[in-house]
Formats: sequence, structure tokens, C-alpha cells
Amino acid sequence: MGENVQTIPGGAQPHKDRTLNRQVRTLRVKMVLLGSSGVGKSSLAVRFAKNEFRDTSPTVGCAFLTQVVHVSDASLRFEIWDTAGQEKYHSVTPLYYRGAHAALLVYDISKRETFIRAQLWLKELEKHYIPGSTVIFLIGNKGDLAWDRQVSVQEGQNLAHEKGLSFIETSALSGDQVNELLLDVGKIQNILKVPLDGSRHQTEYLTVNRINAHFSLMYWISGVKK
Amino acid sequence: MERDSHQEGEAQGVNICDPPNESNPSADTLATSLSLLGNHMFPDPVEKNDCSTGKDDPAQSLLSGVKAEEQHLDAEPRPNQVANMETEETACSNSSECQNNTSTQPANGGTEDAAINNDQSDSGEFVVTMLAKAKLEEQGLGVKGRSSPLLEAGTQESPAFMSHREEDVTADSWRQHRKHVFVLSEAGKPIYSRYGSEEALSSTMGVMMALVSFVQSGDNIIRSVYSEQHTVVFLQKGPLVLVCVSSSRQSEQQLRGELLYVYYQIISMLTQASISRIFEHKKNYDLRRLLAGSEKILDGLLNLVDSDPSFLLVAVHCLPLASSLRDSISQILQKAITPNLVFSILIAKNQLLTIVQEKTVIEDTRLEPSDVHLLLNLIGASSAFQAGEIWTPICLPLFNPDCYFYAYISYLDPPECTVCLLLLSTDKEAFYAVAECKRKIEEAMVAQNSLSLIAKAQSYSVSQVGVSDLRHFMYKPFDVPDNYRQLSQFTSPEMEAPYSSEEEKMRLLDLYRYMHSRIHSTSRPLKLIYHVAERETLLAWVTSKFELYTCFSPLVTKACAITAITKLLRWIKKEEDRLFIRYPPKYSTTPNPSKSSRSGKSDQQDSTDNGFLSLL
Ligand SMILES: Nc1nc2c(ncn2[C@@H]2O[C@H](COP(=O)(O)OP(=O)(O)O)[C@@H](O)[C@H]2O)c(=O)[nH]1
Ligand SMILES: [Mg+2]
Repeated sequence: MGENVQTIPGGAQPHKDRTLNRQVRTLRVKMVLLGSSGVGKSSLAVRFAKNEFRDTSPTVGCAFLTQVVHVSDASLRFEIWDTAGQEKYHSVTPLYYRGAHAALLVYDISKRETFIRAQLWLKELEKHYIPGSTVIFLIGNKGDLAWDRQVSVQEGQNLAHEKGLSFIETSALSGDQVNELLLDVGKIQNILKVPLDGSRHQTEYLTVNRINAHFSLMYWISGVKK
Repeated sequence: MERDSHQEGEAQGVNICDPPNESNPSADTLATSLSLLGNHMFPDPVEKNDCSTGKDDPAQSLLSGVKAEEQHLDAEPRPNQVANMETEETACSNSSECQNNTSTQPANGGTEDAAINNDQSDSGEFVVTMLAKAKLEEQGLGVKGRSSPLLEAGTQESPAFMSHREEDVTADSWRQHRKHVFVLSEAGKPIYSRYGSEEALSSTMGVMMALVSFVQSGDNIIRSVYSEQHTVVFLQKGPLVLVCVSSSRQSEQQLRGELLYVYYQIISMLTQASISRIFEHKKNYDLRRLLAGSEKILDGLLNLVDSDPSFLLVAVHCLPLASSLRDSISQILQKAITPNLVFSILIAKNQLLTIVQEKTVIEDTRLEPSDVHLLLNLIGASSAFQAGEIWTPICLPLFNPDCYFYAYISYLDPPECTVCLLLLSTDKEAFYAVAECKRKIEEAMVAQNSLSLIAKAQSYSVSQVGVSDLRHFMYKPFDVPDNYRQLSQFTSPEMEAPYSSEEEKMRLLDLYRYMHSRIHSTSRPLKLIYHVAERETLLAWVTSKFELYTCFSPLVTKACAITAITKLLRWIKKEEDRLFIRYPPKYSTTPNPSKSSRSGKSDQQDSTDNGFLSLL
């Protein structure tokens, strides 16, 4: 089973912007969603890519969505990978994890077993990610169902703390606190410090003057555009 | 490969039933199981399958008024010969079929018991459940050996949106479904039920498994059980047992064909090799864990099987399109290639528009219509495809049941999402390369304005044929160029009035199914059937060059029908370039393409590499 060297993620995307105009750079951000089925991964992906909530069918294999966000002197091309989260699709997971800048590990706060399984997903993730290059977020989704909560905020925080993850509770339904998802500026910087455009010589770093980009990003994710 | 098993193969090599055996000590128990299954599935007592039950036979009412003409000569398909053919009345063709269906014979002695036991179903059910359990323990499978709670938790994630999963399985409405389908493991674990949750049905499935293993213990295989209104058909494939309980009056052979589609759809998601390995590893494994989220795909398949004659005909329906346009679109696909790409398929309005295949990989075979049906169903069953680009492992069970392809699926016309591109690669890492092919295809299609031309294409009306009494037809040619490698296709007009309502459509399809079962009867196949029904007249005709089903208004005369068919065949001949994909194009992706998807080596690698086995 020869590894195909040509299929480096992102290698296929031309970055024309760079050659045309030095000012506008495209930063590629690969973000993957993991977790048990039914926790709301696809709903979060649709919230990210289309800023809407609609009823989703169970995902088959991996779904790949993109969204480009323009911020001051750069374009952020978000590549959002949504998975069915089922064992039967494991053969495509290496492709899925490889080179991810951010991994969103999602559970449903109203279903304890999804929280338990999140820890299995974490083990699975640890097999694939390169320490330091992937920032893992633990996400308790369906925050709007707090009345039916089976996993306390404290438990989520404890697990995140123990494993060194960022933690946030969100709701894809209401959009509530989805902006909080990327509030940890430190982690964001970390994401953007990774070579983003697939080029080896021109590495993009997040600089202080681009911090406002995060805020655009956050606003975008939260649906509060400008 | 079991490519040929689809139609007839299943019927062969399988023991039909025990001979009646008085000395069999468990016959009573079996009878009880049967009766319980009967009680649960259908209130009418299970009747022994007797050839003399003419007036109660479900097929009988359909048969009344049927005249069959048998064509003895394999004549040239020239309709004007029809008139000269020998005519033979077939008042009942069932006598021969009955002999194939005698699987309930061992229960013969117990059928009266069955009726008596009707009132004792509670205690009886207990006995049968015990029987089922005893059977399991006997085989050392155990019933309490649950896997780790963590893994087991996966099964509880049954998504909430499938309303009919929550159906009350004790309600009459549940029993009245036209066709139930159950899938269970050899250990009697429920895997899938079309209606109602598998949990609620676990005892019913236990009874089914008890039946299957009881008959098996006598070195026999249970194939079917007949009652007044229902046909129960069993199909065992490896460690899976599939059961259909139908009141649809379809033939056993057809129902078994449908169960085989269900089996193949499961294989398409998991591969045969993985399923065997899983159950070798752990006999009472709960396969729902792996199928979680895929129930909808199976539901969709069963709905299609009921409503789309493609499955019955084992042929693909393609979108009628000017051959020049189809060719230019095929050329676009032919040019957008990358190593390890093996099939490029374009689907519009749920019909095949074109299919381009890699030369070498496919050299010794052809893509089976059944595999195309599974792909179309996969696309149709998941609206998730509309959310972005999809990359998913998929097995084409008739092509190779043990290995995966990787399917790239994307709609070319968001937000309408009627034109769908499906690219199949043998390389699981090829996503970005294959996605790039899509972008090339998209660009070329924009340049040639293909999308708006495709949007204009549509199914045709039977009125275009210009034969006044002809209401509908299905035509499957055999005399296609390059026949050996050709994908079986059929053509059919839109179903129009009086077949516009769902009920009427279904009624016509049922008539076609009946004609089909007569044509394909294993015991007494017919070449030509002229069937005068109450509200229409049907004519089915099979020759070495085609298989044809036609539906006329009821007042048509035989002579008119024959003239009409002559005209119809002439019309099809004239239109064939538009109605069919005549010369499926090919491409070559590499000078030395990977034949991995057919060769054994990398298959195994792929299945073991699949990851989920390590999580068992
Ligand atoms: N109440 C609530 N429901 C949600 C939320 N996110 C998703 N859902 C629902 O949960 C179900 C599963 O969502 P889906 O996105 O398909 O989950 P996935 O399997 O992880 O991709 C769907 O019925 C969604 O409508 C949320 O934030 N709140
Ligand atoms: Mg999903």
C-alpha cells in the first residue's frame, strides 16, 4: 500500500493569491469534528459553513465543507471535515486527521454515553495527531438542552483540564456560545502559527496585529457578522 | 463471485425442506414456533402449504382471468408472429411452484396445534423464547456475554428522527405493513427491522432464528413459509439471516431477490470479509453498532425496491438524452482523471446520465446494475451529501464483496442538487486529487453550458410513441453493442394517468411483478403472456433480444396489442441512441493501473486496515 506522496492535504489547492498580490494571503485552516453520532457535529459544521441550523441526515463517510473568510490582509480558508463518527468509516480517518490544525471533540451534554465515548475518541485522536500542531477542543454541544443535562460543566472542565484541552459548551441550534469556541486566543495563535498554506518556504505566523482577525472569525462563527 | 446468484443462483444448491418426518421429536416445538411467529406477524393461522389450497392461494386471485400463451419457438422477435403462436390456458401454474415451497411440511402435523395454540401465545412465546435461548447456549454463544459497556453504549445512540422505528409492534397497524424485512445474526441478535425497533422485536427475531436453526439441525435450510395472506421468505447469507414477511403477492423468488439487495447494501457498507471476521471473532456481536446511522439507507433501499422497477429488472434506467450531449459530457468525464480513479458516474434526477470506466481495472468484468442501484440509493438516502463534498468507503458487492472503493460524491448544481457526480477511486488517500477532477469537470461543464442542457432533459411520455391504447411499458434490450461489457439497462416512460396516484402506480407495478414472476418462473418459465386484467390488459414478452412488459387499456384486442408492439419496437429502435447509453466510454488513468480492487492481496489489506476491527 504505497503512500501517495502527491496527496499532501492542501497540495491540490493553488494559492494564486500569493503570486498575484503579496498583501492577500490565503491561510488554510483544517478543522476536524469528532465524536459519537448524533451529538451535533454536522450541525456545527453547517453552523460554521453556512451560519444556519437545519435538520441533518446521518453523515455518510466524511463530509468536506469549506468556507473562506476574508480578514484585513488575509483570507482564511476553513476546511471543515465532518465525519460520521462510525467505526465502519475508519479506513478514511488518517486522511481526515492528517494535518488538522484544530480538532473539535464533540459530545452531547444531554447524553452521558457520548461524553464517555469522547474519551475513546480522544485516544483514537492521539494515535493520529502530531503533538503541538493540532489544538484539541472538547465541546459539550446542545447547551440549549441544559434542563436535560447528564454531564455537568464541571465534568467537562475536569476532563479538559486533565487532558490539556480547551473546553467550551455550545449550541449549534441556537448558535449560543459558538463564538466562545475559539475564545482562547493563545490556542488560536497556536493554530495559526502552523504552516497554513501548504508551502514550506513561506510560513504564515499569526502576528499581534492580526489578532483582530480572530475577532472577525469569532463573530463569523457566532453569526454576528460585523 | 456470486454475480449470477442474483436471479436464479439462490434457488440452487439449497435444500428445500425436510421430508415429512414422523420420528422427529421436535416437530411439535417447531409447529409452536411457527404458530407463534404467525400469531405475532399475522393473526390468521399459519396454514400448511398445500398445492390444493387453490382458492385461498394469494396468487390465485391474480391468476383468475389470466390466459397465458406460451411461445415454444425461440422466434425472431417480430411481433407479427405472435398471432401464429400456440395458445395454452394456464388455469393454475402454481402446482409446480408449490413443490418448491414445501418448507413448512415438517409443521404439517402441527398446524392444527398451531391454531389451537392461538390463545396460549404468552406461555407459548415463553417456551419458544426458551427454545431460542437454549439453542444459543447449546452452541456456546451465551446470551449474557455483553462486550464492554463503553462499546455497547454505541448501540444506544439510535438517532431520534426515525419515527417508524418507534412504532408499536403489537399494534394492528404494524402487522398490516405490506412488507416487513428483518435482519438478524445467526445468534439471533436483531440487526435491522424495517418497521419498529429491533429491541421491541427481539423475541420475534428469536423465534425466527429458532425456526432457522431448527430446520438447520436437520441439515436443511428453511426457505419459506406460506399462510393465507403472507409469504415468509428466509435467506441466509454467511452469518446473517434475512427474513421477509410479505403480503404483496410477489413470488418467493422475487422476495428473495429483494432480501439479497438488503444483504448487498449491508455488504456495501461493511464488506463481506469484515462481517465474516467479526462473527468469527464474536458470535453474538451486535452488528447494529457498525450499522448505526445507516438504517435510513436500508429503509430507503426497501422503499426503492417497492417503487422502482429497476430492481425487479436488474437493469439501470438512464436519463433520455441526445446522444451528442451525452457524448460530450462523457468526454468531459473522460478527461478529468487521476491515478486509481476507476469509475466516473454522473447522475441527474436520480437517473444515470453517463458512466465512464477505467479500461484495465474493468477489463474482465462489467459493472453490475445491482451495484449501481446500491450507489444510487446511497446518494438518495442521505441528504447530507448536499452539505458538501463526501468521501466515503464503499464496497460494490457484485464487483468484489471484500474490498472497498472510495467514493467522492458532490452535487454540481447547488442548491437544487439534482446533478450528482460520483467518482470512485481505489485509493483512500485520493480525496484531494479526486476533488480536483471534480473542479475540472465543473469548469468544463460551465464552459459547455452542460448543466442547463441537462436540466432540460426529462423522462418521456408514452404518447410520444404514438400508439393510442398503450399506457406504459418497460423494455430491456439484450442486443446491445459490446453486450458482454454492457451495463444492463431498460427504458420506460413516465407513469401517467391512470397511474399517477401512488396506489395506482403500485398496482401497475404489482401487475408487472406478477407478469415477471410468470416469465421467470423456475419451474415453468413462459415466453409470452397476454393477461387480461380488470382495468388493463398486459402483455409480457421475452426473446433472445429483449424483455418487454406492456400495459394497454382494457379494451385493446389481441391484434391491436400486437400491432402496437410492432410500432413500439420500431420506435425504440429509432430512439435507442437517446434512450440508452450505447457505447460506455472508457479511460486509462495510468499505464500500469492498480488492479487492487479485484485482486486478493490489497483487498485483505484494506479490510484488516479498516480500523474498526481493532475496536471490537
Ligand atoms: N437541541 C439541539 N439539538 C441539536 C444541536 N445540534 C444538533 N442537534 C440535533 O441533534 C441531531 C443530530 O445532529 P447531527 O448534526 O446530525 O449530529 P452528528 O451525527 O454528530 O453529525 C439532529 O437532530 C440535530 O438537529 C443543538 O445544539 N441543540
Ligand atoms: Mg453527522
